Parts: sequence; structure tokens; C-alpha cells
Amino acid sequence: MSEHDTIAPDRTGPDDRDRRPLAEARGLVKRFGDFTAVAGIDFEVHPGEAFGFLGPNGAGKTSAMRMLGCTSPITEGELQVFGLDPQRDGPQIRSRLGVVSQMDNLDLEMTVQENLVMYGRYFGISRSVLADKVEELLAFGQLTDRRASKVDPLSGGMKRRLSIARALVNDPDLILLDEPTTGLDPQARQLLWERLWTLKSEGVSLVITTHYMDEAEQLCDRLVIMDQGLIVDEGSPAALIERHCPREVVEIRYRSPDVQALGARAATDLGLRIDDLRDRLLVYTDDGEGVIAKLEPEPGAIASTLVRRSTLEDVFLTLTGRSLGEG
Amino acid sequence: MTAPVTGLRTVARVAERELQFFAAVWRAMAFSLFIAPFLYLVAMGIGLGGMMEDGAAGRPDLGGLPYRTFVAPGILVGTAAQFAAGSGLWPVMAGHRWLGFHRAMVNTPIAPTSIPAGLLSWIFVRSSVQAAVFLAIATAVGAIDSWWGVLAVPVAGLTGTAFAAPLMAYTASTDSDMAFDPIMRIVVAPLYLFSGAFFPLAAVPDWIAAIIRIFPLWHGIELARKATAGLDTEWPIAANLAVLAAWTGVGWLVGRRTFTTRLGS
Repeated sequence: MSEHDTIAPDRTGPDDRDRRPLAEARGLVKRFGDFTAVAGIDFEVHPGEAFGFLGPNGAGKTSAMRMLGCTSPITEGELQVFGLDPQRDGPQIRSRLGVVSQMDNLDLEMTVQENLVMYGRYFGISRSVLADKVEELLAFGQLTDRRASKVDPLSGGMKRRLSIARALVNDPDLILLDEPTTGLDPQARQLLWERLWTLKSEGVSLVITTHYMDEAEQLCDRLVIMDQGLIVDEGSPAALIERHCPREVVEIRYRSPDVQALGARAATDLGLRIDDLRDRLLVYTDDGEGVIAKLEPEPGAIASTLVRRSTLEDVFLTLTGRSLGEG
Repeated sequence: MTAPVTGLRTVARVAERELQFFAAVWRAMAFSLFIAPFLYLVAMGIGLGGMMEDGAAGRPDLGGLPYRTFVAPGILVGTAAQFAAGSGLWPVMAGHRWLGFHRAMVNTPIAPTSIPAGLLSWIFVRSSVQAAVFLAIATAVGAIDSWWGVLAVPVAGLTGTAFAAPLMAYTASTDSDMAFDPIMRIVVAPLYLFSGAFFPLAAVPDWIAAIIRIFPLWHGIELARKATAGLDTEWPIAANLAVLAAWTGVGWLVGRRTFTTRLGS
């Protein structure tokens, strides 16, 4: 039996594959009844890159991801994955994708190993091929010593590593990760990022949705920022930051809202761009340390200051007026 | 070249998952699958039946059969149907919502439309196995004496799918399991009691008998009793089979839609 017993996907030559995008969307729309989840977006995912959808909850990231994964029909526009039409060729496309959804959707009554084997069977991979493959996946997921464990007692991080390992069972050409580290503790996130880095360094193509700017900065070569179903900008993390923000951000916490108002006025008078948040003032500048003294309306008015480099969070705030954490 | 994805293979993989799951948990189900129906047979067929009978002769109102011979095919099909009905409810909700293994499945070449067919194939097999085990036990205690009885095995399988198919179609269309217990208590359990498993349908008022004839269970029991005891069916055999096939087929077709809406929209 061949590895994929029902599907012989249209694998184009290596030269072609380097040039053609793995996925391409034009004017992509997804509506559920009256609700528009994705309001017309264009993007391309290229071979070997880690591509990100960054945006708050409800921005349309998951809907875009499900259309890419061929589990949700598009409402309008065009979408091609591997040059194929998701509507017509869904099973062929899915046979070449690895999907890690937000919910792990593991088979809780089965063991770690059985989960991997069964998922491989869904792709039509023979049990004899899977016997070797599963060893590789257990090692990748750092789950070899938990192979005989039921899934339920595993920690959140282990479950997520198992879902990622499972998504690799068919040697996918493209891996879709929807909010891969949401709900994990910092240690588990670090370990997961390290695993994803390993994949990335092996040249595996990734699409990642996230509302964590640090995740997007660490993992994505290129990303689109989404808000309310639309793409508000696109580029590498560094390019987006450079385009929208000065090098540094000063976060100033004042003793009272009144003095914060005075500080904000002073910054505006200096021609600085600010975000006057409820609990602190953000000042965008190329010289963080230099401006602090000019923004203290009276001695002792400032409770604390923090100078840091600009992040994608600041880009998002600049573009939308809201932070990523807000829905 | 892209080869067509054959639906039957993906259907088989859905059934394979059910088999693997069953292999992991069957011990926990063994009592209700295999032992409880045997206890019914002993209590009703031998205990209750022994009280009703004068000597070894059968009863005229039971088509001349001893009670245990009359009741055995009823329990055989009835328990398979009850178990299959439950399989159309909680496990399907688990697959869609609680645990999500059906949501994982549709990320692979398996399409949502393949899932109901795979589940029903498995339920046919499991109901048949359940019936075969019961048949062996019933034969051992003298409640079945014809080799034709083996035909009751696929009848139990088909009655199982006739219950499971419409229920799984319904489950895929709902967000809540609130109706599941009432369905089992108010529909499935009374059907078991009044569908001719324990006494002939002639014993109930006509209007109840008319309702009973709409549902699959009586048809399955009629067919099974024909197989195990040679008792003639009230309707033509083809008509009984057609009712079972219709419940299965319509449930499956509606399920294809509700599973697609649930898992692929």
C-alpha cells in the first residue's frame, strides 16, 4: 500500500514549487448570516516562510484559517491552496496540510500513541509506515515517555505538543497553527516556540494566527495585521515597526490623571506622537530617555517610567487605536 | 495527476476510529452490551415465563411458542436498538463539541459527509456483534432452536442503524444535550416496552399499535422472531425491511447535511 492510498496529490516540480505561492487569496470574504467575519482580504503564503495573522480576538483570523484549511467554504472572492480550489479539491488539499486548531480536539480516551496512529490512518497511511513515523513524532513532541498515557491527564503544553506532532503525521507541505500558545503557561509557551522554531529551521512552511505580539515577532517572517475582518497592514515584523513607530516607546505612569493630562499636553506641544491610555501615557520617540524630563509638569508627578523598543503591539495600537488584548 | 478521493475509504477510516475506541473502552461497556440482556432473558424468559406456562407446551397467544422463545428475539433486537440509539446521541455530541475528535477528522481528507456513514457502518457491526453474543447465550439456555436464528444478527444491526441514523442527524443539528435523556426515557425505552418484545402487539390498543408500527423496533423484532422462532410476520418481510432501511437511509441523508453544517461551514 502506498503511503497515501487514496490520494496522489498534484506535486509539481521543485522549481515550480519555489516560485508559486502555497496559498493565494484575493478579495476573500466569509459571512455567517448577517455577520461578516472576513471582509475582503488579499494575501499570499510563500514556500518556506512563516506567515502570520496578527489581530485581536474576533478579527477574522480563525475564519481565514478555516477557509485556508478547507473546512469552511469561502463566501466571496478567490482562494487557491497548492494551486487547487478548496471547494472542489478540499480532500486533496487537506491531505497535504497539517492543521493545529485552537482546541486540541484530541481523542481523550485513547493513548498518546493511539492518537498519532489513528490520525495517520485518517490520511490513509498504513499502520506499518506509521509504526516508524510515530516514533519520530513522539520524539519531536518530547512525548516518548508518555506514549502509553491517556491524553486526558497530560498538561496543556503536552496536549498542544501532541496536536502539533499529530499534524506532522502526513509530512505536510504547509502547517496551519491557530493560536498555538493561547492558554499555555510561559514555560510551556517557550518550549512550544522552540519546537516551532525547529520546524521553521527545517524549511517547513507555517501559517500562524496569534493575538500575542511577541509570538508574531518571534515566529513570523511576514505577517498581516487584521482588525474587524480586514487587513490593515502587511510586512515583516521589523518593517511594520519601522513603518509605523519611532524606535522607542516611553511608558510614563503619573501620580494622578490630572498630571497625566498635563504631561500629555506637554508631549503634544513637543510634536511627539502619544497614546493617552487610562493608566499611563505612551510616547513614541527616537530618544526615550531624553524626553522624560520634559514631560514632568511638576517635581514628583511621575510615578514610574519605562523606556522600551517599539513592538507590534504599538503598531497595532497606532493602526487601530486599540490594543491587541481588547476584543 | 490528482486521483479522485474515494468516499468509501474515508468512510472506512471513520469506522476504524470507532473500532479503535471500542477496543479501548469495551470492558466498561461489557455489562450493558452483553450481560444485561442475558439477565433480562433469564428474568423474563425463564423466571416470568416459567410462571406463565403449564408444562412444556407453548402458548396459543404467543403463536404456540414457549415464552422464552418468544421473548428472546425481542430482547436481542431491543437491547441492540437501545444501545444504538445512545450511540447517536452522546458520542456524536462529544465528537462535535465536547471533545472535538470529529472536528479533528475533517482537517484530514475525511469530509463531513463521510462521518455519518462511517459511524453507521460501525453501529451496524457492533449491534450485530452484540446480537451474535446474545444469540449464542440464548441458544445455550434453550431459548433458540433454529439455525435460521443467525439471520436475526443482521436484523439487529439494521435496527440499530435505524435508531442511530436519525438521532445522530439530530445531534449534529443541536448545541445542547438537554433532549438526550428525554429521548431515551420517553421515546426509546417505551418503544422497547411496547414494540412486541415482551408481549404481542395485539395486546395493546389499536392507536398505540399504529404508533408502534411507525418506528423501527417492532419491524426488527418481527423479523428477528421470524428468524429465531419461525413465527410469521404480520407484514410482508420486505415491508419490515423497507421500514428499517428507510429510517436508516433518511437519517443518513439528513445527517450528511447536518454534519456538513456543523463541521464544515
